[in-house]
Amino acid sequence: MTIALRSIHKHYGDIRANDGIDLVLRPSTVHGILGENGAGKSTLMKILSGYVRKTSGTILVDSEEVDFKNPAEAASHGIGMLYQDPLDFPPLTVLENFMAGQRMKAWPDRSLFRKRLAGLCREMGFDLDPETPVVRLTVGERQQLELARHLAAGRRVLILDEPTTGISSLQKDVLFSALRRLSSGGATVVLVSHKLEDVETLCDEVTVLKKGRVSGSAVRPFSTGALLEMMFGREPAPPLRKGHEPGAQALFLEGVHAHGGRTGLAQCTVKVNRGEVVGLAGLEGSGQDVFLRVAAGLTRPTRGRVHVSRKDMTGRDHHAFKTMGVAFQPAARLEEGLIAGLSVAEHCAILERSSFSLDLDASASLAQERIQSFQVAARPESPVESLSGGNQQRLLLSFLPDDPVLLLLENPTRGLDRESVRWVWERLDAIASNGAAIVFSSSEIDEILMVSDRVLVFFEGRIIHDVRPEDTDALMLGKAIAGRV
Amino acid sequence: MRTVFARMGRPLEMGLKTALAGVAEIAASVLVVVAFTTLVLLVAGAPPLDTFAVLVKGSLGSWSKLSHVIKVWIPLTLASCGLLFTFKAGLWNIGVEGQVMMGAVATTLAMRMGGPSPLAGMVTALALVAGMAGGALWALCAGFLKTKAGVHEIFAGLGLNFVSQGLVLWLIFGPWKQPGIASMSGTETFDERLWIPSIEALNLSPAALGMAVAAVIVTAYLLSSTRLGLYLRAVGGNEKAAVLFGLKPHAVMTAAMLCAGGLAGLAGAFQVSGVYHRLIPAISSGYGYLALLVVLLAYYNVWAAPVVAFFFACLNTGAIQLPMLLSLDSSLSGVIQGSMVIAALAVHSVSTRSRRSRG
Ligand SMILES: Nc1ncnc2c1ncn2[C@@H]1O[C@H](COP(=O)(O)OP(=O)(O)O)[C@@H](O)[C@H]1O
Ligand SMILES: [Mg+2]
Repeated sequence: MTIALRSIHKHYGDIRANDGIDLVLRPSTVHGILGENGAGKSTLMKILSGYVRKTSGTILVDSEEVDFKNPAEAASHGIGMLYQDPLDFPPLTVLENFMAGQRMKAWPDRSLFRKRLAGLCREMGFDLDPETPVVRLTVGERQQLELARHLAAGRRVLILDEPTTGISSLQKDVLFSALRRLSSGGATVVLVSHKLEDVETLCDEVTVLKKGRVSGSAVRPFSTGALLEMMFGREPAPPLRKGHEPGAQALFLEGVHAHGGRTGLAQCTVKVNRGEVVGLAGLEGSGQDVFLRVAAGLTRPTRGRVHVSRKDMTGRDHHAFKTMGVAFQPAARLEEGLIAGLSVAEHCAILERSSFSLDLDASASLAQERIQSFQVAARPESPVESLSGGNQQRLLLSFLPDDPVLLLLENPTRGLDRESVRWVWERLDAIASNGAAIVFSSSEIDEILMVSDRVLVFFEGRIIHDVRPEDTDALMLGKAIAGRV
Repeated sequence: MRTVFARMGRPLEMGLKTALAGVAEIAASVLVVVAFTTLVLLVAGAPPLDTFAVLVKGSLGSWSKLSHVIKVWIPLTLASCGLLFTFKAGLWNIGVEGQVMMGAVATTLAMRMGGPSPLAGMVTALALVAGMAGGALWALCAGFLKTKAGVHEIFAGLGLNFVSQGLVLWLIFGPWKQPGIASMSGTETFDERLWIPSIEALNLSPAALGMAVAAVIVTAYLLSSTRLGLYLRAVGGNEKAAVLFGLKPHAVMTAAMLCAGGLAGLAGAFQVSGVYHRLIPAISSGYGYLALLVVLLAYYNVWAAPVVAFFFACLNTGAIQLPMLLSLDSSLSGVIQGSMVIAALAVHSVSTRSRRSRG
């Protein structure tokens, strides 16, 4: 199936998310859509999959003009999309999710679907247990499930939006080889990413978006320099790591056990000093999430003690931790970090906590300051859910306190492009130099190695390594993360 | 107070655009409801046009009918204002019905204790305050059941509604029964000096009306222009994130419950002191539950709620005539109100969905 997009426009008020995009997607090809955050990639793909209506432009599917009003119409043309955040039903099992949305009788034959799922998994190299509830899956496994669902429903055009974010390198290999197999079988595969590496490994052809327009395209073999120039206009330098002088003790976990997450946390004893940047490495949900929440006072340990600045804080709530200078930011921005329905200015107003009656003008000008200094593409009155993922992340970072003792950041650069990552770490570096301890998790080993003074490797709820970046490398860390110490 | 109104101007202006879009939506829902109600009437074998005529004339046809509508409007609006606080905080305060009843009980208690003293005005004022406190305390029970014991507020509220209805009956037939006989007609009527003063001809209390109007304005101000309103919306929007922003969701929810209970209690207090002048078994007249529908139909908008409440009050009042004039049951007003809310919710969700796909 060949799909041609002609002069696609999508305007949100004054924001031109797509500003006249032309693109041709061919069968048996993996087509990359590359661009930094906010370039308009997700918007374009959501238009193609019927999730968002275009402002103007034409879509041709095998030279027939179509205008999808909803995802179901796109699906009936064989177009399926894996969204940046999976759209599954967490309380149901893998098999039930697989069956949902497929044509079936009132009393479906589960064993039939079970066989179909097992067959697809074998073919694609996926490892999914049909009876596991989806809540217990990792992001990578949920993705495999979504993909299997689309394939079973006969989709021939598969769009994946930032699929390599938050999954392990092992899962990425599995995913990529499955996508290659699908494409050589005649499917049209579209990979949306802001990561050069993904596109260079997998794609046959790539179109680069910048500020809602096509800034260039290329076919294999790619020149990295040329792609970077299309993305940014110039090549960005890699982020720098400045060694910090460790100061007084900021955090001390003493034999901590805690429930939560996929694995919980067991037998955790760690000291972190002020001025230190500590990276938490590991597959997503290997205990880093619980670690950060225990250190923030959001999860109470079942055993062990938590000290902040040498004060025993065990059993105290998050507010007590906050007054000790601890700040936490979760990875799930819209689910846990920001308040959907409130504007940027209203978020600022909550933080001010001044008089009983609100001064919306003052909050708006304060919001404007934050927006400017953190380069958030938004207006003070924009509701936070209207911002793109990268902008939501920048906004969250703008809410960090001025003079913290301990910053706990869960995947702080998730979904940001290279330049934004570098920019964020310059900011955080400055905060660390001012004497704050920073503990962050990330699924990017390179990032951890580049910015950390120390790396803790998590595996199945335990810290199995505590190393300095100069004593290790990406390969060793990768092995440790996968449990092959 | 001038700055207060200046600040309120902005949400009003911002609200204007949404209000215009809202008007189209309301028109659509009204059409759906009229069509549906007509269908129900046809099935029931009633002449639709005559029925609508009876409803309009029975509610707006004369000054005394209008004053009856306003008497229904007052408690309905008070309870609706209260519910706005809890809805904004993401709470389903089903217990509002019981909060109205407990307000009535507390007011009755205060009036009985105060008695017809020379300071009757004072007793009445204190009795109203007692009513608010009674409703608020009852709401606090539901709030604590939720925040301390983890019982969902819907179940807590529902349970407490049964308890309060039981309590009202027990008081009427037990400790507070009329001398000699216990009767469904309620407790002994209060001394006339304790009644809220009312305009004789219309049997309408300007003080109660004034306080209901004030409640709407104060609610609008609190919700749109104060930290309390912002915190309620923050906790209702995302409890987890609110914690990270330094809020205490349980405290905010408790505050919402107190406001809701206080206003519902005031509604009950007016029922006792201004309408029935005694405690009767059906003292709440179901206005708590009806207020839930009002707020849903008003789509949580402070300014729309009193309008919807007025409309519902007209329906309730007009329907009283139905059995006499058309030998239709007056429960028809309930059918109209219920289908109205369902239609409005349906129209609203259809329009948001199409708005979202249009971006
Ligand atoms: N629903 C929306 N309302 C308003 N603006 C939006 C909406 N969705 C996306 N945008 C804006 O459109 C631009 C492109 O966003 P997006 O397509 O998500 O970028 P990408 O996926 O390339 O990071 C961003 O500036 C974003 O803020
Ligand atoms: Mg995107």
